[in-house]
Amino acid sequence: MDNLLSIVTFIPALAALILAVFLRGEDEAAQRNAKWVALFATTITFLISIAIYAEFDPSNTGFQFVEEGEWLLGLKYKMGVDGISILFVMLTTFIMPLAILASWEVTTRVKEYMIAFLVLETLMLGVFMALDLVLFYLFFEAGLIPMFLIIGIWGGANRIYASFKFFLYTFIGSVLMLVAIVGMFADAGTTDIETLLTHEFSSGSFSLLGIHVVGGMQTLMFLAFFASFAVKMPMWPFHTWLPDAHVQAPTAGSVVLAAILLKMGGYGFLRFSIPMFPVGSEVLTPLVLWLSAIAIVYTSLVALVQDDMKKLIAYSSVAHMGFVTMGIFAANQQGVDGAIFQMLSHGFISSALFLIVGVIYDRMHTRDIDAYGGLVNRMPAYAMVFMLFTMANVGLPGTSGFVGEFLTLVGIFQANTWVAAVATTGVILSAGYALWLYRRVVFGELIKESLKTITDMTGRERAIFTPLVVMTLLLGVYPSLVTDIIGPSTAALVESYDSALAAAKAATRVASH
Amino acid sequence: MIQADLTIILPETILAVFAMLALIGAVYSAKDQLAGALVWITSLLMVALAAWIGVNGEGTNIAFNGMFVDDGFARFAKVAILISAACVLLMSKEYMERRGILRFEYPILVALSAVGMMVMVSSGDLIALYMGLELQSLALYVVASLRRDSVKSTEAGLKYFVLGALSSGLLLYGASLVYGYSGTTLFSGIIQTTQHGEVSVGLLFGLVFLISGLAFKVSAVPFHMWTPDVYEGAPTPITAFFATAPKVAAIALFARVLHDAFGAAVSDWQQIIALLSVLSMFLGAVAAIGQRDIKRLMAYSSIAHMGFALMGLAAGTAFGVQAMLIYIAIYVTMNVGTFAFILMLERDGQPVTDIQALNLYARREPGRALAMLVLLFSLAGVPPMLGFFGKFYVLRAAYEGGLAWLAIAGVIASVIGAFYYLRIVYFMYFGEEGEDLESNGSPVLWGFLMASAVVMLVGIVNMFGVEGAAQAAAATLVN
Repeated sequence: MDNLLSIVTFIPALAALILAVFLRGEDEAAQRNAKWVALFATTITFLISIAIYAEFDPSNTGFQFVEEGEWLLGLKYKMGVDGISILFVMLTTFIMPLAILASWEVTTRVKEYMIAFLVLETLMLGVFMALDLVLFYLFFEAGLIPMFLIIGIWGGANRIYASFKFFLYTFIGSVLMLVAIVGMFADAGTTDIETLLTHEFSSGSFSLLGIHVVGGMQTLMFLAFFASFAVKMPMWPFHTWLPDAHVQAPTAGSVVLAAILLKMGGYGFLRFSIPMFPVGSEVLTPLVLWLSAIAIVYTSLVALVQDDMKKLIAYSSVAHMGFVTMGIFAANQQGVDGAIFQMLSHGFISSALFLIVGVIYDRMHTRDIDAYGGLVNRMPAYAMVFMLFTMANVGLPGTSGFVGEFLTLVGIFQANTWVAAVATTGVILSAGYALWLYRRVVFGELIKESLKTITDMTGRERAIFTPLVVMTLLLGVYPSLVTDIIGPSTAALVESYDSALAAAKAATRVASH
Repeated sequence: MIQADLTIILPETILAVFAMLALIGAVYSAKDQLAGALVWITSLLMVALAAWIGVNGEGTNIAFNGMFVDDGFARFAKVAILISAACVLLMSKEYMERRGILRFEYPILVALSAVGMMVMVSSGDLIALYMGLELQSLALYVVASLRRDSVKSTEAGLKYFVLGALSSGLLLYGASLVYGYSGTTLFSGIIQTTQHGEVSVGLLFGLVFLISGLAFKVSAVPFHMWTPDVYEGAPTPITAFFATAPKVAAIALFARVLHDAFGAAVSDWQQIIALLSVLSMFLGAVAAIGQRDIKRLMAYSSIAHMGFALMGLAAGTAFGVQAMLIYIAIYVTMNVGTFAFILMLERDGQPVTDIQALNLYARREPGRALAMLVLLFSLAGVPPMLGFFGKFYVLRAAYEGGLAWLAIAGVIASVIGAFYYLRIVYFMYFGEEGEDLESNGSPVLWGFLMASAVVMLVGIVNMFGVEGAAQAAAATLVN
């Protein structure tokens, strides 16, 4: 099997095609079929991706399972995974069956719903596997279309505003990246990521419109990519689309958005910005670090005052993504390891939190925190799961959330102590909003009339949470499961970054003499 | 000698002779009852000619002492023109029949304007250029007002005629200046006078007037004013025709004049084209936001798309021309599909063009709505549709031509433009239940819509070889 990656990527799309062409009607049987086909396809995808994972050799820092074919305009169809991307692929295939299961109660336009999610899975997998810049961009951008439809068709009351904001916000970020991609193509003559990783983009300073650009081309390219990834992450102050999108999206949409789509930004920084524009990255590192620190503190404070549960979790996501960008731009082994770890762990925790909101939203049709209280009396199992993920979100040792935050903080302490000091206060604030949310929703007397008949989680819901609970605890107590796989690749990344910077410094020293 | 010349213009001759014979035949026989059959025959003939030109054409052949050039570039444009004209003819048949406006003159006029377009893209001389352009335009003026009893349609025709005549005047004035300062009307002669650096001021004036006239034909800002009114006023099938074949011809002619006659003075026209391009992209994107009528919206959309095509031209390189040709080919394919969709929209037998009427169209017609969705995202330039690759080519051409600012302006305009395409998606998918549109429409329209949507998706694999053809075509024009 030399095209395992393509098979994994396109199975969901194939299933979507089958649904689109062969499934007719809107009756119950058709709906059931659509759900089962989708669940089957995503599960198969997950099983095959396990084969990739098993065959993956962590000690090899190059790309593995590489497939290559000619494409238009000298572009290539090239796929492959390395230590940085393999776990994102796994995260995607792992989350998708759960997202489908979480959508079991959808009743409107089920067929289209499942098609949208299946297509989305193909595109997300493509993002993490693509080894051609344009192919990457294609998958990266195309993901907007199904997500736009998911929010717009199956979303809440204010879905139109949210879907347009989501689309246009992310689109404007990425088109600037497109111009940079065109520029890189023109400069290096290829869009092959493997080649570009070793290509040295010019970093000589020049003046543009009277502004002195330190780091030259690299800084401009970095900014163009930054525009895209910072919106996608999202980093403060480019995050405003996220709370809207999260609140309006259906539960499964929020899950996919938080667990996978947000990770594309971090993945992009690691795959393109840092290794391809080391000088540009270094020039702008203080900016990114301070933006991250502000994000952590500011969005945590904002989360404190939210009265919509989904919005609170959305802001908490922005804060956690702040740790990720901070870790990445600390640019040392712990920081980068921690950032990847944090992204994976956030993938499990945030999707679980959105599912937790979904469970009570399905019953009460409100996300207002004030509408709840004392749920523990009628929903003990739910209270248990909620507590676990609240603790994980806070970063309690023993859960995966702790490892990610700890590693990124260790990394950043070495790189920039002031930023680390500010960011650490965010940990306290996150405990504040998460625990307060938990207290208001779960504890207290059950006085609300409407809640007196609420039922605990069903078997299906328990089945969805089980794998997430397992992963969160497993990664919490045995983090080397992740770090062993990403370690060699991140070490190589950090090393090449440092040596590129040293070379650039030496070059400028020679030039100035 | 004359025989060799005639062989070279054989496709044009065949089509012209056919049009005239059909005219005589129809006038002296059953007249409008023949119209349906004529539509079929004309489009089949066009497809056959396109296939013939595409398969048989070889090398660069020059006829009539350089007035007529049959090269790879011309052949690429001709195939695109003929095929899109044939598609639009087939699409219009049923629509026009039901509204009683299918006159036998219609296919004949389309054929004649196609002859004009073929001469345009092959012209090697200012006189040939003008002849082709006027033959095309005259036929178009008449078709625009084909619906004689409709005020809007006649208004559209008249507006188009008056403004078109003005632009022809500008173009002729430019041509006369160019002739005066270079002493020749042959492109090959003009380029020799500009070969040695300096371009005289008079020649430059002539060039600017020529560009103005041509910009009118491609409806580039600031010569775009006629487009929304004509698009809205003309019967929809004719709007579809305006949006496709004449655009290919005009932009190809644009490239032909700039490269064949002024190829040595790229720096003199590059800035003008870049300005036209950036203005068109932004006006097309911004002005369409307020439109409620889908035909007017498509008019602004076509202005924006012409801006992108001009971006390729502005690069001033062979790759730029290749990008332009690819862009325009994709644009035409998208427009054929989109207009097939628009032609299918009706209520109580009356055409509907208000986009709000599309409310929840996706629920009633999931297949068509999905195809339209693909086309809309393709028009917006969102990957993975083919429309994105069109943009990618012209962006790369502009960047490599040293116009990075134009590329950045272009992508920003494309984000603004995405809004109104998304709004149609919004009406189709997210809207509220409204009055039902009827879901009729011939299988022909359905076929064109679906085929065009499938091309947008499958085309990204290898573009059906258009890339190579465009490259070869561009290489014959720019060297």
